Amino acid sequence: MKLINAKGVYYKQLNEMIRAEIRSGTKEIKVTNVVGQRYIGGGLEDGDVKIHIEGVPGEDLAAFMDGPTLNVRNNAQDGVGNTMNSGKIIVHGMAGDVIGYGMRGGKIYIRDDVGYRVGIHMKGYLDKVPVMVIGGRAGDFFGEYMAGGIVVLLGATTNNSKPIVGDYCAAGMHGGTIYIREEVEDRFLGKEVKKFSLEKKDEKLLTPILNEFLSDLDISLDIFDFSRYIKLIPVSSRPYGRMYVY
Amino acid sequence: MSISKENSLFPDPRVRSPYNERDSAACGLIGFINKDRQRVSGEVIRKAITNQHDRGNGLGGGFAGYGIYPQFKDLYALHLMYDKDNAISEVEDILRKNLSVVHQEIIPHKATKAIHSHPFFKRYFVDVPLAAHGDRHTPDDYMVKIVLGINEKIDGAFVISSGKNMGAFKGVGFPEEIADFFGLEQYEGYIWTAHNRFPTNTPGWWGGAHPFSILDWSIVHNGEISSYGINFRFIDTHGYPCTMMTDTEVVTYIMDFLVRKHKLSFVDACSVMAPPFWKDIDAMPEEKRHKFRLLRATYGSASLNGPFAFLFGFNGGLIALNDRVKLRPLVVGRKGKTVYIASEEASIREICPGLDSIHAPHAGQPTIEYLDEEKK
Repeated sequence: MKLINAKGVYYKQLNEMIRAEIRSGTKEIKVTNVVGQRYIGGGLEDGDVKIHIEGVPGEDLAAFMDGPTLNVRNNAQDGVGNTMNSGKIIVHGMAGDVIGYGMRGGKIYIRDDVGYRVGIHMKGYLDKVPVMVIGGRAGDFFGEYMAGGIVVLLGATTNNSKPIVGDYCAAGMHGGTIYIREEVEDRFLGKEVKKFSLEKKDEKLLTPILNEFLSDLDISLDIFDFSRYIKLIPVSSRPYGRMYVY
Repeated sequence: MSISKENSLFPDPRVRSPYNERDSAACGLIGFINKDRQRVSGEVIRKAITNQHDRGNGLGGGFAGYGIYPQFKDLYALHLMYDKDNAISEVEDILRKNLSVVHQEIIPHKATKAIHSHPFFKRYFVDVPLAAHGDRHTPDDYMVKIVLGINEKIDGAFVISSGKNMGAFKGVGFPEEIADFFGLEQYEGYIWTAHNRFPTNTPGWWGGAHPFSILDWSIVHNGEISSYGINFRFIDTHGYPCTMMTDTEVVTYIMDFLVRKHKLSFVDACSVMAPPFWKDIDAMPEEKRHKFRLLRATYGSASLNGPFAFLFGFNGGLIALNDRVKLRPLVVGRKGKTVYIASEEASIREICPGLDSIHAPHAGQPTIEYLDEEKK
């Protein structure tokens, strides 16, 4: 494993250093003393590469990433996994706003709370199914305009008086599935979705995802009582399909 | 009267830019408060905002510090920015006639490699004579009138801060460059705020940098006040002419108007600026519903639309507020008696790696942190 000390290193140089290591064949890199450097992992393509990050990485972590695994030992900021295509991001802490924006493949596992507009515009196509699991709670506009993929909100790691999810949850959603491990009042949900209980096929789908989430984050949580979960799916897959027909 | 500022660093103040240009702001901000009043060097806030270097574009940086003038703590500290020589005597004439000037000096500043073209800065520590403000006005009212009068009427002079035991330092450049220009490390304060500007809506000029300040209020802002037009007309009719050519200025005056003139609590003033949606007001219990309806009905023109994250500094503390759908980032970190509030967690970690806690405040819900009572 190669070690890169990010202390005092500007983000452009830091990302150049990481890319140079990967070009020279390094498969595992540990970056220490990160404090706000942007775009780490951005656009990287090698599926065998693992990058461990110590410290708080900056905006747009792993934007357009296509393959590697990023393991963040601290909190992350806004825009994690922006439009990522494949790979995995593990965050041992909380993350900011707009996580997984336009994400079209890969996995994002966040241990604690996330901010506003998480999972918006996520999409899937054929074998591309992006997956995001959040151990804590989420703000407003969760899964807004979601078009595909799987998002799981557990509300299990942070214990406070906040509701598990904010307002306008799944507003404009027209594809994919959101699982939430708690009841959510209809008035906080978008008009395009309906709430369902989980079926056997949902449990079968979720069990390995949740196990991987726990194992990657090295935590244990009591999250397998599927009777507690709700599932949100769009009631029409093409709600605006006839918009210009009339 | 006509104000001519051709051939100066200042664009025409009659151009109220939010009507003419667009903003896609990505500014950065950070502030902290040592509740135990422990004063720290401006070097600390410089380091923190420098971490957010890439949120700005070099067209505006600024700082506000509280507790920085203990030797004159009961006097109003006027920070004046001049870009015309004859403005100095005009302003000093006004000050001499209306106030007692206890001390005056140049605000130390030096041209650097990054900042070579700049205005001239002076500060005046002044008192308001009782005979001047009379019984009908408070000294604060009197100061506001004088400050806004200078800003509006004296060509080439702007009061950039006017509170007691505080001051604003700002200009065109990256914040770290502005800090070096003013030698910010010489000042020690218990509350500091900082701003890194990315202006695309209004001109990148020295007066347009943040913070905006009146009395001891100072505000740094990331975002855009889309409701500027209605807010400007509202606050203008209450005696606050806007002269800084940017949207954020109105928020400073609205805060002063609501809290100092209309005696609203900070919480209520914040809910005027970022009011709950009507659907959420409708879902409130009766008593609360009534109150929020009244606030919206009374102060509708003071509510702010558009994306924002603010830090308000004042002599008693530090307030942070987001727009009601959280279109700009904001996180709050705590360590012992210090509270940090910033656009990015990393800039807090830059100056305090081991926080006790960190969280992101809810949209439209203010974070209000007060200084501990002063030990007598």
